[in-house]
Amino acid sequence: MSADPGRTIVLWCPDWPILAACREQSLDPAAPIALTEGGLVFACSPAARRDGVARGLKLREAQYRSPGLTVLDYDAALDMRVFEPVVRRVEATVPGVQLIRPGTLAMRARGPARYYGGEEAAAAALLATVAELGVPGARVGIADGPFAAEQAARAARESVEIVPPEASAAFIAPLPVALVVDPRTAILLNRLGVRTLGEFAALPADDVRRRFGASGAFAHDRAAGREQARVVARTPPPEFEVEQHFEPPLDRVDQLAFAFRVGAEEFIERMRAVRLVCTGLRIELDDEGGGHSSRSWLHPRWFTPGDVVDRVRWQLQGAGTVDSGLASPIVRLRVVPERIDSTGNHEEGLWGGGPDERVHHGLTRVQSMLGHEAVVTATIGGGRMLADRQVLVPWGDRPPERTGDAPWPGSLPALAPASVFRERLPIALLDGRGEIVAIDARGAISAAPERFAVGGGEAAPVRAWAGPWPVVERWWDAEHAKRVHRFQVVDDDGCAWLLVRDREGWWAEARYD
Amino acid sequence: MTAPLASAPRPARVDELQARIRGMQATRLDSKAVPTHPALESVLPGGTLREGTVVQVEGSTTLLMALLAGPSASGRWVAVAGMPEFGVEAAARFGIALERLVLVPDPGRQWLTVVAALADVIPVVAVRPAGRIAPAESSRLQARLRQRGTTLLVAGEWPGSDARLGVEASEWQGLERGHGRLAEREVVVSTAGRGEFVRRARSRLRLPGRSLEFAPVDEVAAPDVTEPVRLDDLERRATG
Repeated sequence: MSADPGRTIVLWCPDWPILAACREQSLDPAAPIALTEGGLVFACSPAARRDGVARGLKLREAQYRSPGLTVLDYDAALDMRVFEPVVRRVEATVPGVQLIRPGTLAMRARGPARYYGGEEAAAAALLATVAELGVPGARVGIADGPFAAEQAARAARESVEIVPPEASAAFIAPLPVALVVDPRTAILLNRLGVRTLGEFAALPADDVRRRFGASGAFAHDRAAGREQARVVARTPPPEFEVEQHFEPPLDRVDQLAFAFRVGAEEFIERMRAVRLVCTGLRIELDDEGGGHSSRSWLHPRWFTPGDVVDRVRWQLQGAGTVDSGLASPIVRLRVVPERIDSTGNHEEGLWGGGPDERVHHGLTRVQSMLGHEAVVTATIGGGRMLADRQVLVPWGDRPPERTGDAPWPGSLPALAPASVFRERLPIALLDGRGEIVAIDARGAISAAPERFAVGGGEAAPVRAWAGPWPVVERWWDAEHAKRVHRFQVVDDDGCAWLLVRDREGWWAEARYD
Repeated sequence: MTAPLASAPRPARVDELQARIRGMQATRLDSKAVPTHPALESVLPGGTLREGTVVQVEGSTTLLMALLAGPSASGRWVAVAGMPEFGVEAAARFGIALERLVLVPDPGRQWLTVVAALADVIPVVAVRPAGRIAPAESSRLQARLRQRGTTLLVAGEWPGSDARLGVEASEWQGLERGHGRLAEREVVVSTAGRGEFVRRARSRLRLPGRSLEFAPVDEVAAPDVTEPVRLDDLERRATG
C-alpha cells in the first residue's frame, strides 16, 4: 500500500437534477426552475437561488419569492438515466469510478495522478472530459477520503480544489456538524455547543461512541478526517440491448417478426450467458415517416425469444391481424431490457414449476392467437359506476393499486349484478299512459313506471321497482361531470335489471340474472 | 289425411325411447368429482360436477358463477370465455377467487380453439359459444376434456352435454313497488341429465340469499312448491 491510501478525487456537477430535468424537457437551465418532492423544493437552478429559493422551502413560499419559477416534479430515475452517459465517458478517461449519487463521482487519485503526471493534471483532464459532454461548471476536489474530497469539490472557488495530504481534518474543521450526522443529532450537538466538525472531532472518541453509538462513532471518524471508506469502483453494467436496422424498410408484421427472430434469440442468449433472465423490456420502433412507438412489456415469468417476437408483433399489429400491412414501414427496432433478474430466482423446482406454470403457457398460447389484450385477469377497482369498478388487466401486466376498499358513497349495495353490460343497452321505461318516465331537477319521477322494454322490443309489465338513486360525480369539472339516476326494476319474467337515466335517456347498465 | 296424424306422435315416441336407452347406457366409468358448492348438490346429477363432463347452464349467469365458485374456492383456476358482460364484482362476492380467474371476453370466430387451449391447462372452463358447433367437433373436444379432466360449463347450446341446468322461474324479494332494494332471489332450477328423460328434476335454490350465499330452499319452509316438483322428486327417488 502507498503512503496515502485514501487519496480521492471527487467530481461534482452542481445542480445536476436541474440540468437533467432541463435536458429532458428542453428548458433553459438559466431560467428559474425548481424541482419539488412532497411539496418541498428539492433542487433549484442558480437563477432561482438568486431569487431566494432554497432547498427544503415550501412550494408556495418558493413561488412567492420567485414568481417566474418553473416547477417540475423531481424524478430520481431520470437523474440517473441522464447521468449514465457522463459516467461512461468519465470511465473512459479514468477507470474505477464510484457513483456516489447522480452528479457526484468518486475515484481513487493515485492511478490518474501518476498517469496524467500530477493531481492538477488529472483534475484538468477530468474537467475537459465533462466539458465535452456539455456539463457546465463542474468542480473537482481532491483530498484524503471521499467525504473530505466531496467537501473540497463543493467548496472549490475555482474549478479545482486540492487539499494537501494530511490536511483534510483541518480543511473540514470549520464546516457545520450537520454534514456528518442526522438532523436530530445535529440539533442535539448544536444545543451542546458543538457546531463545527472541528469541535465535534475534538470530543474524545470513547465518549462519542458511548453517547451516540456506532453511527456517532462513524460520524466522529469522518469529522476527524480518519475516514475508513475507500472508493469502491462500480463494474460497468453489460450491454444487453439489441438494435436492428431494416434496409429496405419492412412494411408487414410477419416479415418483421421473421427478420427479428435471430435478434431476439441473441438478446436472450446474451443474458443467459451471464445467468440473467429478463422479466421486463421496452420495445422501440421507428418508422419511415419519422413516427416513434415505445412501450414497456412485462412478463409474469421471464422472456423467451418467442415471447420477445410476440411482443414486437403485438406492439405493431395493435388490433389488426398478423398479415395486415403497416401504415408506415419500419426502419429501426430496438429492444432494451428494463428488469433483469438472476436465473437463480427463477430456477424450476425439481418436480417442475407446478400448475401455475402450465396455466401461464396455455394462456400465452391463447394470447399469441388473439393478441395481448384478449386474455385478461380482473381486479376490483374504485368507482360508482359498475364498469369503472371492474379493472381488466392483460395477462402478464401488473394490476394497478387496489382502490376498491374505499367506501365510495353512492355506489351500489353489496349485491352486485352478475352481468355488467360493456355497452349499455337502450331501453324504454314507460308509465301507465305509455309515456317515458321523466325525472325532474329535484330527482322526482313524473309517474310510477308500469312497463319496460329492452331495445325496440315488446314492453313487459314491471313487477317491482325502486329509485331514483342519484349518482353525482365530478360536478366541479364540466367536461367529466356525471349526473345519473339509477333504478332497480324486476320485469315480468322475474329478472332484475339495473337501469340508468342520464341526459340522453334510459339505459340498462346491468342485469341480475 | 289420417296417416300423417297417426305418424306424428311416432317419432316423438321413438325419440323418447332412444333417450331412455341412452340414459341407461353408462358411457364410461365414473369420473372424479370436482369440489362443488354444497347448495348445488340437489341440482347436479350425481351431486357434484365431474371431471371431463360438459354441463349446459341456461338463463342465469349467477347459476354459472355458483358452479364456478366451488372449484375456485378449492384452489383451482377457472376461465370464462366469450362472456364480455361477466360481472367480475359479483363473481368476487360470490366466492370466485379473482387471482385464479381468467377472462377471454372476445374469442371471436376462434372460440372453439380458444376453449380447447384453455381446457388444456385450466380445470374448469365456462364458455358462451359464438356459433353452432357440429356434433363431430363437440365430441372431439369432449374426448380432449375427458383426457385432461376438464369440466366445461356451456352457457348456450351444446350437442351431447352430460347435464342441462336451466332456470325455470325466478322470484326476487326485497324490492317492492317504489321502495326497497333487491335482497334475495329464489329460483327453480330444472335439471336434465344425459338422456333427458330419466333424471328430470326441479329444485328450489336461493341464488343468492340475503348474505350473498347460495342455499337450497327448505321444502318445509316453502310449502307452496308446485305439485309437479314433488311428483318428479318422488319418481326420481323411486327410480334412483
